[in-house]
Amino acid sequence: MGYPITQKVENNFPQSGVRSKIIDHMTLRLETKKLSVIYGTIYGIKDVSLPIYDKKVTALIGPSGCGKTTFLRSLNRMHDLTRNTLIKGNVYLNGEDIYAPKVDPVMVRRRLGMVFQKPTPFPTMSVYDNVIAGLKLVGIKNKLILDEAVEKSLRHAALWDEVKDRLSSPGGSLSGGQQQRLSIARALAVEPEVLLMDEPTSSLDPQSTSRIEELIDTLKKKVTIVIVTHNMQQAARVSDFTAFFYLGSIVEHNTTSKMFTVPENKRTEDYMTGKFG
Amino acid sequence: MEQNYTKEHATKELLTKNRSILYRSFGDRLFSYSVFGLGITVILCTVLMALVLYGDGAEAIKKFGFFGFLTGRVWDPGITMEFGAYPFILGTLITSLAALAISFIPAISVAIFTAEYSPRWLSSIIDNLVNLIAAVPSVIIGLWGIFIFAPWMRDTFYTHIYMWFLDHYPTMLPIVGNPIGYGMTTAILILAMMIIPYTTVITVDAVKKVPKEQREAAYALGATKWEVIRMAVLPYARGGILAGVMLSFGRAIGETMAVAMLIGNRNNLPFSILGPASTMPSVIVNEFREAVENIHLSSIIAVGFYLFIISLIVNLIAAYIQRKFSLTGARTI
Amino acid sequence: MKSLKKRYLRDNLMKVFLVGNTIVVLTPLIIILLYVFIQGIGAINIDLFTQELGSPSRAMTGRPTGLVHTIIGTFVVDILALIIAVPFGLGAGIMLSEYPDNKLNPIMRVMNDTLNGMPAVLKGLLAWALVVKPMGSFSGLSGGVALAFVMLPIIARSTESSLMNIPWSIREAGLAIGLPRWRVIMSIVIPASKSGLATGLLIAFARAAGEAAPLMFTSFGNNYKSSTLIGWIMGPVDTLPQRLYSLAISPYAQWHQLGWAAGILLLSFVILSFIIVRIVIREKNY
Repeated sequence: MGYPITQKVENNFPQSGVRSKIIDHMTLRLETKKLSVIYGTIYGIKDVSLPIYDKKVTALIGPSGCGKTTFLRSLNRMHDLTRNTLIKGNVYLNGEDIYAPKVDPVMVRRRLGMVFQKPTPFPTMSVYDNVIAGLKLVGIKNKLILDEAVEKSLRHAALWDEVKDRLSSPGGSLSGGQQQRLSIARALAVEPEVLLMDEPTSSLDPQSTSRIEELIDTLKKKVTIVIVTHNMQQAARVSDFTAFFYLGSIVEHNTTSKMFTVPENKRTEDYMTGKFG
Repeated sequence: MEQNYTKEHATKELLTKNRSILYRSFGDRLFSYSVFGLGITVILCTVLMALVLYGDGAEAIKKFGFFGFLTGRVWDPGITMEFGAYPFILGTLITSLAALAISFIPAISVAIFTAEYSPRWLSSIIDNLVNLIAAVPSVIIGLWGIFIFAPWMRDTFYTHIYMWFLDHYPTMLPIVGNPIGYGMTTAILILAMMIIPYTTVITVDAVKKVPKEQREAAYALGATKWEVIRMAVLPYARGGILAGVMLSFGRAIGETMAVAMLIGNRNNLPFSILGPASTMPSVIVNEFREAVENIHLSSIIAVGFYLFIISLIVNLIAAYIQRKFSLTGARTI
Repeated sequence: MKSLKKRYLRDNLMKVFLVGNTIVVLTPLIIILLYVFIQGIGAINIDLFTQELGSPSRAMTGRPTGLVHTIIGTFVVDILALIIAVPFGLGAGIMLSEYPDNKLNPIMRVMNDTLNGMPAVLKGLLAWALVVKPMGSFSGLSGGVALAFVMLPIIARSTESSLMNIPWSIREAGLAIGLPRWRVIMSIVIPASKSGLATGLLIAFARAAGEAAPLMFTSFGNNYKSSTLIGWIMGPVDTLPQRLYSLAISPYAQWHQLGWAAGILLLSFVILSFIIVRIVIREKNY
């Protein structure tokens, strides 16, 4: 991938606080400190601290039920929507704690776009209306601005050429892969700082999957991406950093190239070689 | 446990019983034919209803003409023996459309509140209550209406409205109508009360069927709760809601007893806002037992025939909407 | 740009609107239930269950009147209806769930829903034409037929859905040990779904028990008990909803009181069956 930094990262990265100089050059976009999500009495994740760097792709991997999706959803306060869920610890977006009492979850979610496992276009809305759904919320009505945003977002999502002639057909009429890219375009339209992707290709065919992966590669020039995936090859292909979750905690976090070549932890190695999970 | 029992039971049967002719393909054929024969009555009943109502109403329909009966404005079983269904069709359409219009937003509101806002314990109370009220027989609602609601409306509103018009616009009085309490407005309000539970129950179902992902997608865009409902929930559920409204409309059209008890039963035009009127079901119930002349009886059944046609259309539209939306819903997600 | 403050204002306004609407809708509905109970409790006494109604003068002169004939009549007519409707409804339900390849099934479903949505008064007219007219008199039997038309689509639908709840693998297990299909249905599928079937029958029964419109010109009504068993079936019979209507529109205050009594009886029955149904359904879900 050609990141000079990837070779220079120290072994005790990142928990020890001893960071390489080049890591310091990267901006910290998002950071969690001792973050726990508790459902009733059960810990979904426990004391997770993870830095997420600007304009890099961070992949979250691990066996199912290990808390990677729980972690992702805590980054844009989606857990606020479920009853009996308690959050402890902090999540800093550009150094600002998003769980601080005065922070509004609606504003937080606006700054972190989210793409789900299943494509979620609003099926009755047109492609056009789907893309501008987020802009409409804040009352942007100017047709020129909206048109521009639609084209820009759809181009970013590599969907423009396929749908430019049928912007008015319902979002539900597209194919599965197109629907997922439409969901991405919708998330991009509000120009989020971070894009959270929860197994975005798990319901897609191989061809659509590779299109989304290519897309992730171009998108990271503009936006920070956190992606949950159960597919190890996908993590290796698209990400710069990888965090391995197991039983609600991070077992290992490192640059992807390092993680996939010389994992430090026995469990990581076992998981990656298919011994469990 | 039940399954174990039945499997064991079945195996024992198999081992102990000798294989009679019933255990060969003949048995299966016999069974399926009998089931079909019994089941097909569901279709036959509706067809039979159409045939019988037309057959027994034919005398009136022939005498006054298919459209002549439909548009005839006079219903006179006393002297001229002239019959036309127009007043009742008008009464039915006005009462049920007005009830639908009044009930729509409150019914949807209750559904959204229970499905989206209220805590679970309250949702379950409201849900049970609404379902229970949907099951209350219409004569009971009529009983309450006749002794409590209608007199109360008369004393609290109707007479004052009437007096106000008497003082200010006496020329409007024929439109306002007599404030006796039993009349069009009372029937509409009771009807609205009665169909709200139906609309609510079906809407709650439709709203609950909206996938979690749709809601979350809207939340993730930074929508407030109401914006999520507007953006993701209501559009997704619109097919179910529309079908529910159609079915409630069908109920309102066919609602008989409560309306017959409260509408005042005036058979001739013009109707007024507060004054008595009549609907198709109410005239059937009121006059059928007293009809002596053949042509009167036949006319009443002919009204039933037209009621059948209207109900059929409304029900088929509801079925079509349900089918269409459930298909597209399945395809898009 | 809409400010967040404005959006939250709108959010809260909608919440208030929805809560307000819910209160406005539920209040009169609760009032109806309370009224029937309060008025009805006062009208209940022992005569209600032991005496006949008789002529209006009987009530006017203060002699004991009751609705014993109505209560018996309701059960006679409703049970007749159940006996008539069950085989057809079960047949239709079995056809819909056990023979899913049948070409008629989609039409049957639509027609079943249509029949269910038809005004009950028309079902009364149909029963009148099929039974009363040929027989030449109003009868409990014709009332039973009319209510059977009310029950039939409900039974068919609930039978279909409760049989559908039984997984196909259980049927296949039965077929695999060499049982014919009818035996699988009768001794495996139906016994396994019996609580669902019973719930469906109760729903249909409760719904039909509240219908007055189809009985007005079939079982017609009767102020007295029938002296013979055959009279309950072949002669005019009183039923609660139809009697309730007649009492309510009668000009006698004493009869109005009886009307409230009939109301509470009917409502209690409906609520009781509602509670049973809910409990059964809840147990099934857990």
